[in-house]
This record gives sequence, structure tokens and C-alpha cells, in this order.
Amino acid sequence: MAVAPANQSIYLDNAATTPCDPRVVEAMLPYFTEKFGNPGSRNHRYGWESEEAVDQAREQVAALLGANEKEVIFTSGATESNNLAIKGAAYMYEKAPAGAGRCRGHIITGAIEHKAVLDPCKRLQKEGFEVTFLDAPPDGIFTAEMVRSAIREDTILVSMMWANNEIGTINEVPRIGALCHEREIVFHTDATQWAGKMPVNVEKDCIDLLSMSGHKIYGPKGVGALYVRRRKPRIRLQALVDGGGQERGFRPGTLNVTGIVGLGKAAELCRAEMDADGARLVKLRRTLEDSLVTQLDHCAINGHREKRLPHIANVSFGFVEGESLMMACKELAVSSGSACTSASLEPSYVLKGLGVGDELAHSSLRMSLGRFTRESDVAFAVEKIVGAVRKLRELSPLYDMHNEGIDLSKVEWGHH
Amino acid sequence: MAYGPKIIDHYENPRNVGTFGTQAEIKTRKDVGVGLVGAPECGDVMQLQIKVNPGTGVIEDAKFKCFGCGSAIASSSLATEWLKGRTLDDGMAIKNTQIVEELSLPPVKIHCSVLAEDAIRAAINDYKAKNGLPVAQEAAH
Repeated sequence: MAVAPANQSIYLDNAATTPCDPRVVEAMLPYFTEKFGNPGSRNHRYGWESEEAVDQAREQVAALLGANEKEVIFTSGATESNNLAIKGAAYMYEKAPAGAGRCRGHIITGAIEHKAVLDPCKRLQKEGFEVTFLDAPPDGIFTAEMVRSAIREDTILVSMMWANNEIGTINEVPRIGALCHEREIVFHTDATQWAGKMPVNVEKDCIDLLSMSGHKIYGPKGVGALYVRRRKPRIRLQALVDGGGQERGFRPGTLNVTGIVGLGKAAELCRAEMDADGARLVKLRRTLEDSLVTQLDHCAINGHREKRLPHIANVSFGFVEGESLMMACKELAVSSGSACTSASLEPSYVLKGLGVGDELAHSSLRMSLGRFTRESDVAFAVEKIVGAVRKLRELSPLYDMHNEGIDLSKVEWGHH
Repeated sequence: MAYGPKIIDHYENPRNVGTFGTQAEIKTRKDVGVGLVGAPECGDVMQLQIKVNPGTGVIEDAKFKCFGCGSAIASSSLATEWLKGRTLDDGMAIKNTQIVEELSLPPVKIHCSVLAEDAIRAAINDYKAKNGLPVAQEAAH
């Protein structure tokens, strides 16, 4: 029997955050103590050496994205990058000023985007922009055709995540980008789960704005980047905060040098190790998914089976509930689509958006692998989850009813 | 969610798991009352079954099955423990607040205790209806 190390959980929540790679920490350390200067200090060695470090990080991030280093803006993370991209572009490219009584511009996004995209879009809606939230198809993949059919004369911005954070499905980003360029619409992608894991070339992929985060790619928390295209076309943004003009005025404020150095190093490592990491993780994820599906009946993989990230698996287990499932596998650090893990009683809007029934959305686990996940971790997880699902099904009145041939959708349930 | 030791204990060692027969069998058994409450899309379904001595009106045995979070499982497990040996009237007197107190349920899980109380009432009322006894009319929740 597989055993978890004493007092330790097997970490399978790398889509929530990753540990810092020790090589990243090592690169950051001197910038806390010896090389602590403000890169904005132009008159002494302290300023110069930290500016040099920031420049190097900018090159490292640019190299990961196939961009020019002048196109990389450092932020506090992907949430800020998304806000700056979406609101900054909307305000800059508006068709009518606020209060003119006309639509200020039309924006297209997907209904299963991260909240850090949905909420800025909803704010813009309140401020006079119109937003189309495209419904997700059952396989979770947004195509260029879906975007094309939503484009209007006054569409100014499309924001489409590259890969979904809950189910790992991959949208048709290069084709959506090409469509936007053809129609002269600004294209933003939230690449938080993609960049660093999968190849990016902002030229070939036709991207104008791209958000990414440090702590999803083995870098530190509290730092991220926004790629802003400088030519063909030059993208302009209205800054959301005012100050000392750092980051070409897009994002004023003293630079988070330690974080930026960490993000740069993390980007460099991801670029160097992407192919090997990706190939290994695809194999591990398939083992995980296949083992669960073969050992358990009524077990479904959410989202498209093939067009998905190497490291994210989202699985629904019929007739058991997500929180109790997580309790039964307490040695595993995973994430649940269940309502019961959050204060709200709503199951995951992403799974609901795919048309996964509420009862299955309550019964799903997201397992996300990473650079430090071992084969034995996956084997241990499978054993734990299979055991837990079987135990909970022994307890489940729904499983009994199903096995007795009762159609659960036809039962009249009480409602609270 | 960090749970107290009593919830964990009931969750890990649930008491009286099971049924007195399939759904079809139970329908025809006059000595058994069933309460099936909640809904799959809400994430909680509890099934409580009581076996009653027709002579004394005492609940001789109780069994449960539960689809739900740890608190829901613990609440229904506790309900079976409390029901055994009680008369129908004493069973009806169990309140959700007592369950909350016994298990130290966190505030966001109060609804699990409400569901358990509903299941108790539904099971007792089912037994009464099957046996032509007057059924308590007040709506539970």
C-alpha cells in the first residue's frame, strides 16, 4: 500500500499555486539585502544594479513569450494584469465617452473565464460598455467561430483565456487572435495557466495583451506581467493608477525587484524545461485519469479529453459529494467544485457553464500536477480517491437508488 | 473546512449505516418509516429509516444513508443514535439546535442539522401514515 510521508499532504493543487523553485529563491535572495536599490535611482550603483536585474528579468519574460522586452510590464499578478488590460483598453478604445447615452463599446469574453476577467467586464458593463459573455460548449472549448458570430460593428475588445483554470481546456487562441487582427479588434488573453507550461509566440499567436502570473510557474506570489504589443498594431492602455511613471506609465509605483527577479528566473527555467516537464506531466495526468475511469463506474472527465493542459484533471464522481470526498482523502491537497468548500452554496460556475448537472458539479475534484509531482504521488492519489469514492458510495442513498433502477432526475426532491 | 472532533468521528466511523431493504421493499413494510430529504443538486440528500415496535411505539432500530458533506453525514449518523430507544413522540422532540450543539457545527453548516431534523420528522410521519396514526401537520421548515 502506498503511504504518504508523515504529517504531509500530497500536493495536487498546482493550478492554485506552485511552490517556488529553489533556484528561483536563490536568484531572489541578494535583492532583499545587498542589492536592495530602487531601480528608479539613476545616480548610484544601488539603483543601477537593481535596474540591471529588472532588465534581465524583462528579457527572460520576453523570451518566454516571443516578445520584445520593451513590451513586458510588471504587475502584482494576473488579476492586476487582467484589470489593466481589460479596463485600460476599454477606456482607451471607447467609441463614445461616458455619459453620452450611447454604448461606449462592445466587449466579448467567455462565461467560464476567471473572476479576474469576468468582474472587470461586469464593472465595464455598469459603466456603459456592453459585454457578450459567450456560453461554454459542453467540451469547454471556445472557437474562433464562436467569437466571430458575436463580433459587432462596435466591438473593441475580445478577452479569451488561453486555458481554463478549473478544467484545463485549451481555447483556439491563435485563431481568435488572427480573427481579431483581421477585424482590428484588440485581443487580450489571460494566459495564467498557459504561459510557462506551453509555448507562446505573441507574433505567431496574434496576441495584443497577455496576462501571466509568477506563482503559477514556480515563481513568487505578488508578481506578474502583462505583455502589451508595441507594433502592428501599437496597443495603448489607460493606466488605472497614477504615479511616478514607471513601466512606461502603464503601471507606476516602485518596482517589486525581488519578485520581478524571481518571475524572470522562473520564466527562464520554464522555457528551458517546458518540453520535458510537459511530456512528463501529460503522461502522469493520463495515468491519473485513466486509472480513475477504469476503476470506478460513473466517473467522468470534465472538458475536452485531448485539447487540455498537461497538468489539470477535473473529474466528477457520481453519487458522492465533493467536500466529503475531500475529507476522505485528507492526505491529498486537491480542489473541489463543491459548494460546501466555500461560503456560498453554489457549485462551480465553470462546471455548470459546461452543462455538467448540479449534482455532478458538487461531486468533482480538480487535481493539478506540477514540476515536483512524482509518479508515486499520482499512484497514491488514485488509491485514496478510489477507496474514498467506494466508501462514500456505500453511504450514498443516491447510489442505492440508481442501482435499484430509479431515475434520479424523475424523483421529486424537497428543496431548501 | 476545519471540523471539530465529534464531526470527524461520526464522519470516519458513521453509526448505523444501511437500510431495512430496497426502496420497493420498504414501501410495503408497515413497521418501517422512511424519511428521504434534500436534493442532489443542493449537494445533500439524507435517508433515514426507523424500525418501530408496533406494540410499544418505540423506535427499535434506525439506519441512515447520506449523500452530502461531512457535517451532513455526521448529523444523520447522530440522528440514528439518538432515535434508537425513543418513542415516536420523543423522536419528534429532537431539535436541530441540539444537533448543532452536540456536533459543534460551524454556522455555514447549520442547514445540515435542519435537514437531519426534517429527515427525522419525515421518517416518523411516514411510519404514522402507514399505520393510520395521526400525522403531525406543522410544516417543519
